[in-house]
Amino acid sequence: MTTTPLKFYQIGSFAVGNRLVTADERSTQSDADRTNALTSGHRACQGCGEALGARYALDTAMRAAKDQIIAVNATGCLEVFSTPYPESSWRIAWLHSLFGNAPAVASGVAAALKAKGRTDIRVVGQGGDGATVDIGFGALSGMFERNDDVLYICYDNEAYMNTGVQRSGATPPAARTATTQAVGSAPGNVFGQGKFLPRIAMAHEIPYVATASIADLRDLEAKVTKAMEYRGARYIHILVPCPLGWGSASCDTIKIARLATQSGLFPLFEAVNGEMITSTPIRKKVDVEEYLKLQGRYSHLFSPKRNDEVINHLQRMADKNIERYNLMGDM
Amino acid sequence: MERPFAITLGVGSSLANHTGSWRVEHPEYLHRMPPCNKACPAGENIQNWLYIAEDGSYEAAWNELIKENPFPAVMGRVCYHPCQTACNRGELDEAVGINSVERFLGDYAIEHGWEIAPPTKESGFKVLVIGAGPAGLSAAYHLRRAGHAVVIKDATHAPGGMMRYGIPKYRLPREILDAEIARIAKMGVQIQLNTRVDDVHDELEAFDAVFLAIGAQLSKRAYIPAGESARILDAISVLHDVENGTPPLLGRKVVVYGGGNTAMDVARTAKRLGAEEAIVVYRRTRDKAPANDLEVTEALEEGILIKWLSTVNHVDGGKLTVEKMQLDESGFPQPTGEFEDLEADSLILALGQEVDFSLLGNSADLDVVNGTMPVDSTMMTTHPGIFAGGDMIPAERTVTTSIGHGKKAARNIDAWLQGKSIEVNLEKTPVTINDLNTWYYTDAPHAVRERLEASRRVSDFSEVVKGLDESTALYEARRCMSCGNCFECDNCFGVCPDNAIKKLGPGLGYEIDLDYCKGCGICVSECPASAIQMFPDN
Ligand SMILES: Cc1ncc(C[n+]2csc(CCOP(=O)(O)OP(=O)(O)O)c2C)c(N)n1
Ligand code: SF4
Ligand SMILES: [Mg+2]
Repeated sequence: MTTTPLKFYQIGSFAVGNRLVTADERSTQSDADRTNALTSGHRACQGCGEALGARYALDTAMRAAKDQIIAVNATGCLEVFSTPYPESSWRIAWLHSLFGNAPAVASGVAAALKAKGRTDIRVVGQGGDGATVDIGFGALSGMFERNDDVLYICYDNEAYMNTGVQRSGATPPAARTATTQAVGSAPGNVFGQGKFLPRIAMAHEIPYVATASIADLRDLEAKVTKAMEYRGARYIHILVPCPLGWGSASCDTIKIARLATQSGLFPLFEAVNGEMITSTPIRKKVDVEEYLKLQGRYSHLFSPKRNDEVINHLQRMADKNIERYNLMGDM
Repeated sequence: MERPFAITLGVGSSLANHTGSWRVEHPEYLHRMPPCNKACPAGENIQNWLYIAEDGSYEAAWNELIKENPFPAVMGRVCYHPCQTACNRGELDEAVGINSVERFLGDYAIEHGWEIAPPTKESGFKVLVIGAGPAGLSAAYHLRRAGHAVVIKDATHAPGGMMRYGIPKYRLPREILDAEIARIAKMGVQIQLNTRVDDVHDELEAFDAVFLAIGAQLSKRAYIPAGESARILDAISVLHDVENGTPPLLGRKVVVYGGGNTAMDVARTAKRLGAEEAIVVYRRTRDKAPANDLEVTEALEEGILIKWLSTVNHVDGGKLTVEKMQLDESGFPQPTGEFEDLEADSLILALGQEVDFSLLGNSADLDVVNGTMPVDSTMMTTHPGIFAGGDMIPAERTVTTSIGHGKKAARNIDAWLQGKSIEVNLEKTPVTINDLNTWYYTDAPHAVRERLEASRRVSDFSEVVKGLDESTALYEARRCMSCGNCFECDNCFGVCPDNAIKKLGPGLGYEIDLDYCKGCGICVSECPASAIQMFPDN
């Protein structure tokens, strides 16, 4: 685990804050005067995980960099819902160029700041999973390889949501998207394709790589804070459920993110210089089914007929993660 | 305004976009009924005083507690804590040790000499309370708080009723009881001891209202064939005599007949008085016995033997015959014809108590039905202005229930005197464990109160159960999940994707900004305590 658990206060470290916790032990999000890097009035759907993830991450980065941050955003929901011309929800210096070039633009901003001797201003690149693992992947790999001084954050909602839920390289097997319909003998997205970018980032042996979840705020904040302590290329991959694309209730966004980690499907870990150094143990283990059944994109696994073969396959993937990332905490 | 090339609109903030208009439902903060509060016979707001105690504000917590019950230190010792049986935390790991925190607060108050301010305004009304037991003292306390002049009359020479004459010292040390009663007296309640009322009607001239709380002091008798040299006593007088410092001679072997708390108390007392053997004989099974489980367990720990499914058949000179019983299909014990002899120097009957109605005088205007006095929903008897509560009315006979009666009667007497009626609390359904989001609660087993070793217990009347120290009491208070009520964990404030929740500061809670709330309901799902709910917009 990245965070030191709080001494017992009813809710320990699990909730956002607690009146009993001293100010220096509180999360950024519990602060009544937090930045709200992404402010109200944005046009994200009800219960948007990406809006939440971006505010969590950027507020923390702002705190770590004493508000000296420039964010570079790829095209995608986050960009579109926050900046319908001429309105902006950003309370942070913010720049958007194209769908596929955010890492390159971020590299450029970092280079310019370096040239101007303003290394006190830190750069955050950010985008959805499509922008990151697919179209921007080459630019991102280059940014990693050159070890440019950028923290890149991917808000992974597991498909191209902004254009209507098309499959991306981060879409999980069996999930229904607009381009992987739940029809035929192998409904939904295929098994054995796609990629898990955190491991690819680790292969670049950059200073810091981590995964995080909007269901574990303190862990997320600790990771962003830690990432900001490093110079060079850093990568954080945050799972952000999307009620619209996943076919889930808007009130279940955090619950689903929690079930993703508690089932083992989405492992939480961090790596320094390419080596995994910690993973967050599962606290209340659940079967993948608990996670799947709340989401319309998997409904074809349960009706009209239950598809045990596929459910078991997904369970095996979770089990493999538990072993690989030591998620039961018996390291 | 001059704008750069190709720019036609000035930059604006999205704050201009009131996304609240998308909403069909909105969240609201609620105060829901925690199961502990609902279960409390004295109507304490347990969740609230635990909440206040959680940050170490013990005096404020104590003040909140005594709004409903002036006896926290007594309660923390003798209450059978139905609140803990109802506590939702029991479904997660173990119930919150509410009773131990209550005792901690009660003892802390005594240690620090906290007092209750007398009322600032006198109402001019005079109320008589007959009986200085838990019901009477509780009523007097609440009536005094409301500004009435209160006189308590009690036939015995020390106040406390069953708290003194029914509950042995090892469960309730007298200095604790005395301290909590003295505090009530200090508010200006007059307690007249050794004052028996022979006819309640004679008092009606001097007082505007009367509260009867005479308890149930007469031991029930049973016909048991007995020889001449049999020594048979009743439990209530045994406990009474022990309290008065003149314990009866019981002999080496004592048999107690009955299965209630009094039976356990008297058997445990007999042990402490030097009996080598104390046997409880009860005609039904353990689960059917009215005694509280804790009392049975503590009795067994102290070496008391209990013969379940047995009746006393015959007693004579040092010996007694019991007959084994068997439950029939409907669960009633039936004789089997199998007998057993027990050595017994004395037999103590603990078969329940009856109300002594002689003090009512001969009057037909006060109904007595089946040995108890019926009251209406305001605790008033069939005689206007005469109210009753405690063991003498048909209800559960525990100290806490009586304290609850006292409070309820006091509030109704107050209303009656002023010619008002009080609002009846709508029965609220309690919050269940399924309403809570238990993910957020840390795993924390409850703190166990130390007990005196069983072998040391029976040697004298020292208190058996010890209290918690401050840090343990604090820990225990903080185990409370605050069912149905906000405890400021900041979750709602943190999880709203639209920043539509405002944090108002310590003790003030939060506010929903309906301009931006899209009605996603995440705050409701992620509230640990189920203190927010969605309601349709209209
Ligand atoms: C070169 C290019 N191709 C396609 C698009 C259309 N487009 C805009 S956003 C988007 C999908 C974004 O998906 P993702 O990066 O996962 O972000 P999300 O909307 O899911 O948050 C696409 C395909 C574009 N803007 N530019
Ligand atoms: S957890 Fe607290 S509020 Fe809930 S029932 Fe137990 S003591 Fe009462
Ligand atoms: Mg996406």
